[in-house]
Formats: sequence, structure tokens, C-alpha cells
Amino acid sequence: MSGRKIGEVILDLKNISLSFGGVKALQDISFDVREHEIRAIIGPNGAGKSSMLNVINGVYRPQEGDIILRGVHHANMDSYGAAKAGLARTFQNIALFKGMSVLDNIMTGRNLKMKANMLQQAFWLGAAQREELEHRLKVEEIIDFLEIQHIRKTPVGRLPYGLQKRVDLARALAMEPQILLLDEPMAGMNVEEKQDMCRFILDVNDQFGTTVVLIEHDMGVVMDISDRVVVLDYGKKIGDGTPDEVRANPDVISAYLGASH
Amino acid sequence: MSFFLETLLGGLMSGMLYSLVALGFVLIYKASGVFNFAQGAMVLFAALSMARFSEWIPEWLGMDNLFMANVLAFTISIVVMFVVAWLIERLVLRHLVNQEGATLLMATLGIAYFLDGVGQTIFGSDIYKIDVGMPKEPVMMLESVFEGGILINKEDFVAAFISALLVVALSIFFQKTSTGRALRAVADDHQAAQSIGIPLNRIWVIVWCVAGITALVAGVIWGSKLGAQFSLSTVALRALPVVILGGLTSVPGAIIGGLIIGVGEKLSEVYLGPYVGGGIEIWFAYMLALVFLLFRPQGLFGEKIIDRV
Repeated sequence: MSGRKIGEVILDLKNISLSFGGVKALQDISFDVREHEIRAIIGPNGAGKSSMLNVINGVYRPQEGDIILRGVHHANMDSYGAAKAGLARTFQNIALFKGMSVLDNIMTGRNLKMKANMLQQAFWLGAAQREELEHRLKVEEIIDFLEIQHIRKTPVGRLPYGLQKRVDLARALAMEPQILLLDEPMAGMNVEEKQDMCRFILDVNDQFGTTVVLIEHDMGVVMDISDRVVVLDYGKKIGDGTPDEVRANPDVISAYLGASH
Repeated sequence: MSFFLETLLGGLMSGMLYSLVALGFVLIYKASGVFNFAQGAMVLFAALSMARFSEWIPEWLGMDNLFMANVLAFTISIVVMFVVAWLIERLVLRHLVNQEGATLLMATLGIAYFLDGVGQTIFGSDIYKIDVGMPKEPVMMLESVFEGGILINKEDFVAAFISALLVVALSIFFQKTSTGRALRAVADDHQAAQSIGIPLNRIWVIVWCVAGITALVAGVIWGSKLGAQFSLSTVALRALPVVILGGLTSVPGAIIGGLIIGVGEKLSEVYLGPYVGGGIEIWFAYMLALVFLLFRPQGLFGEKIIDRV
């Protein structure tokens, strides 16, 4: 890895508890994320990984706990607020806008950065036009970066799964986020696609200095690219540390392999 | 032949108006998943506002210029519809986010009756005239092509032209501007749109405003034909079969559906009417919609509903 420097704590989660009715999805979970690092959250099915990501992203509001983003408390943030605060995410089940082209999908990621008002847009006045072109440039950069030039005009619904995942990532990158949340970016991919995705995640982290928080089901890939790993099981945190530390943790081994291995 | 063409053109022109109202339904349904039963009430409310302000403004300002009065009344009516849109979002929809479709439908049904009532309280419940200078006399066309030519109602022609213009303007707005893109994004996936920083609430207000404008234009056109009166809100319900035919989620569907229904109504009335004693025009659209519901429930252009088991 290159000379990127892992910085201060940028996102701090304290004693997060989340329940749906009687089901406790997350119990008293604390961990932090440092600037520029790749932080993974792993765990078996139903461990609460996606719930955790949804809490960070403001989709769910935890009953207890505190989310501190760059020193600011964000306990009651919704997902629009999260986007404004510099968090972008991808979705496990790909939530792209299926009827729209790849280019349009990625352009929507620029929405928060657009300043021209409705009236200017409605009449396609200078300001709106200039702005559109500016954002288009940035989007083309991202398209080049993720190597999806050839499909930019294709409606997203027609693309194969692996490419859709890449467009999902592109849309999130178009927001120029400080923290990128990836929900199972490698799920359902073949080996080659997985390798590509790993390379993109590392490049994003390296070139843009974006902090990455990613969820994965599959331990193997994650261990290779992450700086630190949190392990969840049944809504509880059972491990936290560098990949090597986590690998050696007996609780983690038993969670993945069964109690008496 | 020329009689057939006359009927066909008449159908197309009245169909354009259906399309306009149907567009209001589709816009709101796409962006917020709400089937807006109040669309008809909005047409009535807009028509009443237009009729009354164009009457009041000359009184207030003591001027005598019909054109200026209409322009002012139209502008004020746009503002009125925007305020209505904003209030509906603020007071009703915002609190019903993520509720069942039936709940939202009932809410808009409530809004419909409320708008009907309040509209008539504010603006009065008589039949009011909207005079925007629509040409009333019919005109002969294509006399050189057919013997006797085709008789066309100028008023219908102007109405169809205005509707078509509005539809084109809206589709450009949707396809070419970044707000339009955001609207399409919301229509596609609420959750994803919100997480990339598209403010749902603002988008909903915009959609209801746009639906308000289509209601206003439909209200003015129909109002100048039939007078601004209570029955306008039921006339708008004639656009319901259009929506079923074209598909609830499709803008082109609303337009083509409107044309099919318009033409179908007129042709069936003229050619089938004599055999069954007439009156087909009233129920034809609903029958057609019913057939569609049985064989193609998503409509001509709607998204196919796939349920995963």
C-alpha cells in the first residue's frame, strides 16, 4: 500500500443499541473509524452488519447510543442528513435507478453539489448550463476511473450484476464523500469481479483519501484489504482489531466455525 | 370518409385533455407512490380560482382589460395551486411517509372532499364563466382534399395544442434538467435517492406543484368550455381509465392512453351507439379499462409487477 496516512478518529460510534420490537439487532456496540482507513465490519448472516451500516447512514435511528462525526453529535440524523454530512453508501441489493442511463444515475450523485435553482434550470439559463457541464466533467472522471466508459448510455436495468455494482459505487463516488459505506460490495460476484472490486476500493482509498467502511460476509477478501476489522455476531461485538488480531481471536473463530471446533 | 376523420380528430383532441389530467395522476404516483384521488378536486379548485380572480381583479383594480385580467388571474392561480401543493405535503403527506397505499389513498380522498368544500366556500358554488378568448366558431379544413372538407371545432383544436405544448415542456423538464433527474431518481427508488442527498420532501412539493399546474391548465380549458362548476371534479375522474390503460407509472402511457380513450369514446358512440341505443361514451372508457385490468393489469406501458415468492 502507498504512503497514505491514517489520521484521527473521524467517526465514533458509542454504545449503539437498536431493536425492532423484541428483536435486539444491535446491543451496546462501540467502535471508531479513523480518517483514510479501510474499516471492515464482518460477521455471519444475521449478525447485525447491515443494521449497523443503516445506523451510520441514518436509515435506522438507534434507541441508545451516540454517533459522533468529526466531533459533531449526529444521533438523530436521517439518510438525507447523512448524505449532507459527507457520507455516501452503496447497497447490498443494488438500489440504482433502473430506468435511467448509467450517466444519469451517476449524475444524481452530484445533486447536493448543484446550486442552480429550479427557475434557472426550467429555462436552461446560463448558470444551470455551466453547472451541468462542470458536474459532467467530474462524472466523466469517475467513469474513467471505474472503467465503465463503454456502458455510459446504457439503461442500468440491462447491465449484468457485476457492472451494476460498479455503477452503484460510481454514484456514491460522485458525491465526493469523506466516508464511503459499502454494503457487501463483493456479494454475488465471481472471482474476477471480486478482484476488480478490491482494486477499485483500494484505489479510491489511495487516490482520493476516502475513508471506507465496508461490510462483508466473506472473511477472506476483507482481511486482505482492511486496516482494521470489527466482528459482530448476534448483534454483539465479539472482536475488533487488525486482521491478524481478529483471525487469532478465539471468539471469532468459534462464531465462524461453530462452538466446538 | 370525412365524417370518420372528423370523429377521429374530435376524439384525439378530447383525448389530449384526458392525457393532461392523467399526467397529473402519473406524476404524483411515480414520485411518491400515492394515487392522488384529489386530482379532480384540484382541477375544480384551480378552475374556480381562475374564474373568480379574473372576475375580481378588474373590480379591485378598476381596469377594463380582459387580457391583463386573465394573465393576472392565471398567475395568482398558479401561486394558489403552489400553496395548496405545499400545504398538502406539509400537513398530510409528510406524516404518512411509508404508510400503506390504502392509507394514502384514503388521505387523498379526504383531501379531495376538503378541496371541493373549501373551494366552494372561498370562491362560491355557482357556475362561473372562464373567458380566456378561446375561439368558439368551428372551422372547415382540407376542403380541397375531401368533398365538403372536415369540420373542426377551433376551441378543441386550441385546447389540444396547449395540452400538447405543456406535455412537451414537462417532458423536457424531466429529461434535461437536474431537478427532473432528481424527480426521476425519486420515482425509481426513494431510499437510494435520499441516501445520495436528494431531499424527498422538496421533491414531493415540486411534483405536487407540477400536478397543480396541469390541473390549472385542464381546469381553465374545461372551465371555458363547460363553465367552472362542481361537475369539473368528476370530469377529471374520466381520466382514471386512461391511467389504467396507459399504466400508472408511465408518462408516455398517460398521453397515448388519453388519446386511445378519447378516440375510442367518440368512434364507439358514433358507430356502435345506434345499435345499442347510444350513451356509450359514458361507460366506454371504464369498460376498456376493465378489460385491461383483466388481461394486462400493469397497463400498456407500466412496469410489470413481479412478486417474488
